Amino acid sequence: MSAKGLDHDSINENVKRAQYAVRGELYLRASELQKEGKKIIFTNVGNPHALGQRPLTFPRQVVALCQAPFLLDDPNVGLLFPADAIARAKHYLSLTSGAGLGAYSDSRGIPGVRKEVAEFIQRRDGYPTDPELIYLTDGASKGILVPVPQYPLYSAAISLYGGSFVPYYLEETANWGLDIDNLRQSVAQARSKGITVRAMVIINPGNPTGQCLSEANLKEIIRFCHQENLVLLGDEVYQQNIYQDERPFLSSRKVLMDMGQPISKELQLISFHTVSKGYWGECGQRGGYFEMTNIPPETVDEIYKVASISLSPNIAGQIFVGLMVTPPRPGDISYEGFVRESKGILESLRRRAQLMTDGFNSCRNVACNFTEGAMYSFPQIRLPPKAIEAAKKAGKVPDVFYCLKLLEATGISTVPGSGFGQKEGVFHMRTTILPAEEEMPEIMGSFKKFNDEFMEQYDDHRGYSRM
Amino acid sequence: MRKFVAERARNLITTRLSLSSSSAAPPRRHPVLPRFFTSAQPGPPPSDSMSPSADSPSPAVTLDTINPKVLKCEYAVRGEIVTLAQQLQQELLAKPGSHPFDEILYCNIGNPQSLAQQPITFFREVLALCDHPAILDRSETQGLFSADAIERAWQILDQIPGRATGAYSHSQGVKGLRDTIAAGIEARDGYPADPDDIFLTDGASPAVHMMMQLLIRSEKDGILCPIPQYPLYSASIALHGGTLVPYYLDEAAGWGLEPSELKRQLEAAKAKGISVRALVVINPGNPTGQVLSEDNQRDIVEFCKKERLVLLADEVYQENVYVPDKKFHSFKKISRSMGFGEKDISLVSFQSVSKGYYGECGKRGGYMEVTGFSPEIREQIYKVASVNLCSNISGQILASLVMNPPKVGDESYESYSAEKDDILSSLARRAKTLEDALNSLEGVTCNKAEGAMYLFPRLHFPEKAIKAAEAAKTAPDAFYARRLLDATGIVVVPGSGFGQVHGTWHFRCTILPQEDKIPAVVSRLTEFHKGFMDEFRD
Repeated sequence: MSAKGLDHDSINENVKRAQYAVRGELYLRASELQKEGKKIIFTNVGNPHALGQRPLTFPRQVVALCQAPFLLDDPNVGLLFPADAIARAKHYLSLTSGAGLGAYSDSRGIPGVRKEVAEFIQRRDGYPTDPELIYLTDGASKGILVPVPQYPLYSAAISLYGGSFVPYYLEETANWGLDIDNLRQSVAQARSKGITVRAMVIINPGNPTGQCLSEANLKEIIRFCHQENLVLLGDEVYQQNIYQDERPFLSSRKVLMDMGQPISKELQLISFHTVSKGYWGECGQRGGYFEMTNIPPETVDEIYKVASISLSPNIAGQIFVGLMVTPPRPGDISYEGFVRESKGILESLRRRAQLMTDGFNSCRNVACNFTEGAMYSFPQIRLPPKAIEAAKKAGKVPDVFYCLKLLEATGISTVPGSGFGQKEGVFHMRTTILPAEEEMPEIMGSFKKFNDEFMEQYDDHRGYSRM
Repeated sequence: MRKFVAERARNLITTRLSLSSSSAAPPRRHPVLPRFFTSAQPGPPPSDSMSPSADSPSPAVTLDTINPKVLKCEYAVRGEIVTLAQQLQQELLAKPGSHPFDEILYCNIGNPQSLAQQPITFFREVLALCDHPAILDRSETQGLFSADAIERAWQILDQIPGRATGAYSHSQGVKGLRDTIAAGIEARDGYPADPDDIFLTDGASPAVHMMMQLLIRSEKDGILCPIPQYPLYSASIALHGGTLVPYYLDEAAGWGLEPSELKRQLEAAKAKGISVRALVVINPGNPTGQVLSEDNQRDIVEFCKKERLVLLADEVYQENVYVPDKKFHSFKKISRSMGFGEKDISLVSFQSVSKGYYGECGKRGGYMEVTGFSPEIREQIYKVASVNLCSNISGQILASLVMNPPKVGDESYESYSAEKDDILSSLARRAKTLEDALNSLEGVTCNKAEGAMYLFPRLHFPEKAIKAAEAAKTAPDAFYARRLLDATGIVVVPGSGFGQVHGTWHFRCTILPQEDKIPAVVSRLTEFHKGFMDEFRD
């Protein structure tokens, strides 16, 4: 009989196997150092408000009023809140049938908000969609094809549920592009190992890689999934974060619909969105949704059943989703302020994306693709053989070793590329582009100093024998 | 609603398939009898008839190919009867007068604010200020909010890095809020609590799922659960591929728990090769409403310690006790008072902001307090929590307010206290009224609701009723619940959704309709029941 009910031998194996680097070793070390009083710059997670990005005013006004509806009865409420926020709060409260933020809603989300999401999708893509196939959520073995590098939620979730992670490698030299041949190869390999490949994840714009998929790429992917009988899982949470004009965001659903029948009626697609990213950055609200296309009704029912066990997503988060898809319109009192705030954030993100890319590219042994979208920079760090040796001696994976040294020297907390997956022998580091614009020059300067000294220390000096 | 969707979609598909040889989809619902407390394999899922066209493969995701554990799990609280009720509600809206009642009364779910219970003002003031801190500096704010709410908001915001309530927090929840909760637990129990033992979650349910995920390796792992139970447990165990090991509460003894029953079920499970890992106790009980005696609690703690089981204590109704002779004692308090510490017993306590007198279901706030695990296991618990990053911040703040409400002397104390007492005393009255009404019905016996939010009456059906149910291919309690809905608009959950001794029938009804609606509920129910018995009396 084991010593205690739950110990190392008796815990679920899948849990032991699962890893989630975004809050892994580097983050824990950074937290330790922070406790010791060191100034840490957390660039490990896409958490904009933690780095000084201000929440948008209008949504916070609306939700505050929903939180405390008795304010709406107070004659002085207009002194603190603009009329359109007051009206919008009343609108959302009415959608909850007066129960407000405190009652469970339908497990799929408040019907009125799901309708607003459907209307948004129609405006965005030009194709109607059914609110019944949109489920609001609390934030966001069969083998699943996942891009490498990938956001490690996918590998962790697959691990936790005992599935098989089937990687397909993105091509760094082609700006993290997707090669269909790589894809076919990955599937063939998996099948030869007896793995049934069920689904394919695309993250568009990419995390950590930032690339925005072209229309041609998306079509290829859709055709591929259709041929291979895979469900396409479209993680589109960064759809508002686009920093170049050549490849605007195209939703998988729009491209699918554009391709017409039979594929538009057959390819199974689930698309995900959230209030945590974009120019909203409301990570703490845990608000999001997924939209189902061509999923059989019985399966939708089963998904509903599973959703109902969790009763319902938090109401305030659902209202944030509604506000995200239905922002203030021209003519609304809050419109100009809202546009100013959101444009300000997006333009600043665009500038920071460029700053960081250029900054990394100016460093020795560092090569960085441009951040076309999302919130991250993912430079390749060409670690010299001596550094790799030193890492081995220290019992650390090479990029973990590098990132720990970076942390200790500069307080910059990143996530080593090994947390996201990369080709054998190639190393990266993920940072966010979120630190405040004013602090960027100092941060990049600090990084360059550390990096160039590190490389000086570990590089083989040309023409010199060390013997 | 979802059946309506399924119908519509099916119609679209059958139109397209009019040339295909496949017939319409077979009935897809599994038999009504509960399956969650056997380790039987799920029945074969009906084949999917949605083959799009002759030459392309059938869709990847169908009932045949989704996770069979999903098919196996059930959650009756939002199950079939609720779907029917929503349909009727739509019909009433479209055609008023189309049914013998004016409105649907949802007595199926512990969702107080959907039935007009008001939130606690002080809590909502603080939450609103934390949502929109920009107004804290304005002088007008002082005219709209109480001073102590403003102060508490400042305090809380100071505990949040950068005052950023929109940022992901630490995966266990904001440290300062956990400090507050730990202090609240200590004040409640008289024993120390560690903020690092606290994991804030989006309601108690995700915390339960986390523990099941950690504990269950395969169907050989069993979890002891009370029967009747809140079906989150059966559903979660099914989803995680484990085995539910039932222990029966004694209806004749006020839903009491016999240690010998625990022992018996444990031995029976072991004999079948099941490794029993944990014991779930719901106190106060759901659906049964009993508040365990301290002796009972001590027996349970002893049992878990001796058998090395993790004690999973669902304590979300800790503030809902309606009888003067019973009190809530946390299992941690009981354990510590018996001299048992971290080395003696692994204990998880679940709490939520959804119940009590605050009833904030929609906020999704709660926590689990985890004690008696090794640092290694604690790391694994943290890792699982971190994959979801964190629970919603507003819910976290609310959990800290619930565990540290206004105190005597605070500006808001009197109004807070009045609101709280109002709600709790009203709940106690409604519990008594409904209990008496149910006991007055022919063939119905109902144990007292000492706590929680439900009544779980037993229906002694005449033979004729049982036969009629059989003919309708439904369980007798589901048959009754359906008839009740059709006649009165009242929605209850059949007892089979919670588990019951074989051959006994119950339904669960909440005590939550507003007090002024209770007479109507009683009279409609009474009238319906009389008619039902008249129809089926032997």
